[in-house]
Amino acid sequence: MLTISKELADKIVAHARADHPDEACGVIAGRDGVPERFIPMENAERSPTFYRFDSMEQFRVWREMDDRDEEPVVIYHSHTATEAYPSRTDVSYASEPNAHYVLVSTRHETDVEFRSYRILDGEITEEEVRFIP
Amino acid sequence: MAIEVRIPTILRNYTDGAKAVSAEGATLDELIASLESRHPGIKDRLVDDNGLRRFVNVYLNDEDVRFLGGLGTPVSDGDTVTVLPAVAGG
Repeated sequence: MLTISKELADKIVAHARADHPDEACGVIAGRDGVPERFIPMENAERSPTFYRFDSMEQFRVWREMDDRDEEPVVIYHSHTATEAYPSRTDVSYASEPNAHYVLVSTRHETDVEFRSYRILDGEITEEEVRFIP
Repeated sequence: MAIEVRIPTILRNYTDGAKAVSAEGATLDELIASLESRHPGIKDRLVDDNGLRRFVNVYLNDEDVRFLGGLGTPVSDGDTVTVLPAVAGG
């Protein structure tokens, strides 16, 4: 289960809406599995169907997390025309076994789809999301 | 002195859980060969027939080796090489 503050979840959704129709992506860093620090990342692909963290930005952010004893608790990205479910490419490139992979869909202007998954060895496991104040 | 190689979580099963290991070589290519001799199997996760795998980022100190010389990038004692799987998807 992913437990996340409403405030952080809202930031993810706002980022996804702002970058629509391109996919938005980012990280929430934290400790002991608790998501705390919102880090929107640039989608180096600037694409409606693909995302990739800029390699230098990723290096800086990963080093900063290391220095602060944090880990990427949540890795999020948006789908802009399809449901909030991991695509085949999402599964093949999933590389953080301890992360919650959050997907947001912005295909509807008003409804928000916000779902979370573990992706390990090619297996997708959806998990419950609990929003806390 | 050797070169420190920082290993991402997903590849630590090749390094008995170690976050960083040491290796030797004059170029990145040689460094990876040295890694492979100590941690068999890891090379395949880093390179394929076309060179560095597309979704693996390798940094020499603070630079992405793609902007240096790829596998031919010279490395020397005291350098730090960091491996990070690219975060990407569709």
